[in-house]
Amino acid sequence: MTDKSHDPNQMTGAAMIVRALIDHGVTDIFGYPGGAVLPIYDEIFQQSEVQHILVRHEQGAGHAAEGYARSTGKPGVALVTSGPGATNMVTPLTDALMDSIPLVCISGQVPTHLIGNDAFQECDTVGITRPCTKHNWLVRDVNDLAKVLHEAFYVATSGRPGPVLVDVPKDVQFATGTYHPPRKSDVHRSYAPRVKGDATQIRKAVSLLAGAKRPVIYSGGGVINSGPEATRLLRELVEVTGFPITSTLMGLGAYPASGKNWLGMLGMHGTYEANMTMHDCDVMLCVGARFDDRITGRVDAFSPGSKKIHIDIDPSSINKNIRVDVPIIGDCGNILGDILQVFKAEAKKPDIKNWWQQIAQWRARNSLYYKKSSDVILPQHAIQSLFEATRGKDTYITTEVGQHQMWAAQFYGFEEPHRWMTSGGLGTMGYGLPAAVGVQVAHPDSLVIDIAGDASVQMTMQEMSTAVQYELPIKIFILNNQYMGMVRQWQQLLHGNRLSHSYSEALPDFVKLAEAYGAVGLQVHKPGDLDGAIKEMISVKRPVLFDCRVAALENCFPMIPSGKAHNEMLLPEQANDEATAKAFAGGKALV
Amino acid sequence: MNQPASAYFIEERHDPNETHTLAVLVQNEPGVLARVIGLFSGRGYNIESLTVSETEAQKHLSRITIVTTGTPMVIAQIKNQLDRMIPVYQVVDMTQTRRSIERELAMVKVRGQGEHRVEALRLADAFRARVIDATTESFVFEITGNTDKINQFIDLMRPLGLVEVSRTGVAAIGRGPEGM
Repeated sequence: MTDKSHDPNQMTGAAMIVRALIDHGVTDIFGYPGGAVLPIYDEIFQQSEVQHILVRHEQGAGHAAEGYARSTGKPGVALVTSGPGATNMVTPLTDALMDSIPLVCISGQVPTHLIGNDAFQECDTVGITRPCTKHNWLVRDVNDLAKVLHEAFYVATSGRPGPVLVDVPKDVQFATGTYHPPRKSDVHRSYAPRVKGDATQIRKAVSLLAGAKRPVIYSGGGVINSGPEATRLLRELVEVTGFPITSTLMGLGAYPASGKNWLGMLGMHGTYEANMTMHDCDVMLCVGARFDDRITGRVDAFSPGSKKIHIDIDPSSINKNIRVDVPIIGDCGNILGDILQVFKAEAKKPDIKNWWQQIAQWRARNSLYYKKSSDVILPQHAIQSLFEATRGKDTYITTEVGQHQMWAAQFYGFEEPHRWMTSGGLGTMGYGLPAAVGVQVAHPDSLVIDIAGDASVQMTMQEMSTAVQYELPIKIFILNNQYMGMVRQWQQLLHGNRLSHSYSEALPDFVKLAEAYGAVGLQVHKPGDLDGAIKEMISVKRPVLFDCRVAALENCFPMIPSGKAHNEMLLPEQANDEATAKAFAGGKALV
Repeated sequence: MNQPASAYFIEERHDPNETHTLAVLVQNEPGVLARVIGLFSGRGYNIESLTVSETEAQKHLSRITIVTTGTPMVIAQIKNQLDRMIPVYQVVDMTQTRRSIERELAMVKVRGQGEHRVEALRLADAFRARVIDATTESFVFEITGNTDKINQFIDLMRPLGLVEVSRTGVAAIGRGPEGM
């Protein structure tokens, strides 16, 4: 027997967890202590390399870790206890799965001998989180822990990124075993995401692009996930080909909103020109997006005349909703590089002058038009003012979910990737405030703004306390219309204007609430006061709740109505009662 | 209603359903079967038959054979969704990619007397089913074959006093010298 007492790799499971975090370059984690993670918290207490941010609810830890991940490109880490700690993580895990965000959650579990006994704070964490993680593990032996932790980081960050969970029973945290640094053999041999695209498919894609008369590039969150090189290559491809480009909600910022080929966002609340270009194009290049139902509208009328090229790292995204002609499986950065190389060598910029003329006509419809008022603040105007006031600043935007989210996407121009954090796939109200906490932890000197709604923001309001504790000067910009605006909009359009439970009765006084938390509260009612108040909000170096009272009944347009195709959008000037009623006729049944 | 009435509505595809047998090679670790089954229930896919067993103990490999139905697009989705699971090594569509042999084993209990009993035994012989248990009033037959053959045998036993059936589900392997 060799003496292991001096072996630096002999340590407790709890120590291994902290050591693995350090080995993976983790500097900040978000969590909440509890009985089943006390040994880990004891280790955290005795070191200074990993900073722990104490949230007020585990859901907040998860969304904060998501915000951290999306604004840095690094994995976010959350630490929660067993039972309710783990079940409170289900929403952020699902959110991260839907939006392909790398998230590593470590959960405590009751000791192995109590598993299955209905012990105090026991739940089947791996069972509950199996469908909402990319993969998860229950570690029963401390000697497996290092391998599992390293694999967890690899799985979360490679291929199509996503959330993973490692469930560690308390006795495994106490037990001593052998740690090893990350190594290749830690990963399942069965897991090998494909990176490089097929050369024949790339040639086919280039020949389609080169011959296009009415092309469009439709990019998504995959470009941002792939990293800065993918963004650079996407911009170069737009430059080299001269093609128009639109993006999903998730992909905003990959191509700058000020770029001359930018059409705006597409989909249900996308611009008229983006959706018309998609509908009438002859060649569509989809990069790192997945033909989500909010993008396609009615699938049998989706871009009927086009040849479609689809670049995606996940083979299951191919032909899931829309049949494509040239699928290319692999990392979009890698594939964009190959496409550019072939294109530059063998093709020349197609002449698409006529196509741009057509697009200019669609643009002239000014689909984001709204009527400003001098009495009441229009929510669109509030976002535009916020954008103007923060333009050129080092700004990160998060959102909650609803009308304010769509207005933010429409009216805030993103110039760079990783600057826009929103819950796209799952649509999680309450995402934005804790996400802003996570973003601010990653970027302490930047301006971090959560564009919120009065209903959403109350779902995770308790994290204001976290922001105050850690002196995170996040700005919560609430478009307060005293409604769950998007719910109300749908009730108006589809349910006979019966506003069932969509009115925010008994709203808190957000200014007093901010003060109660030890933050700063601001309120503005008049359009004339808006710019000054925004300026004040930005200049305050503390967390701010900004209660922006906006027009109560404003709705979000343009919109693809029920059962309609991209070329049947409802534009703001057409959205009078009669046209709306007609456009949505019969829509109620199947929404 | 002729027209889908929601932007979120994805119309039913009217392609005909096909039945496919998938062989899935997985790492034999806790929860792997739950993952596979959860995928089917979570995404609304059908399982007609499911057979699981460790096939290479030293490498901790298990083989799951699934018979499923769906439109060609759904079948392709099922294969892609299975393939992207972390512990899944390989998914082979035995119906599509190669000529394959499928077998199932069933144990069939039949109770009866007189002419019925004689007839049951005669049919069992014709189907090459073996008697693996007998009393003066019952038989348990063991029968191996493809699903159709077993279904047919069970149908024939029904009027002769069928009591109980236990089936293994389908196992499949490709013809020829090549492995999976």
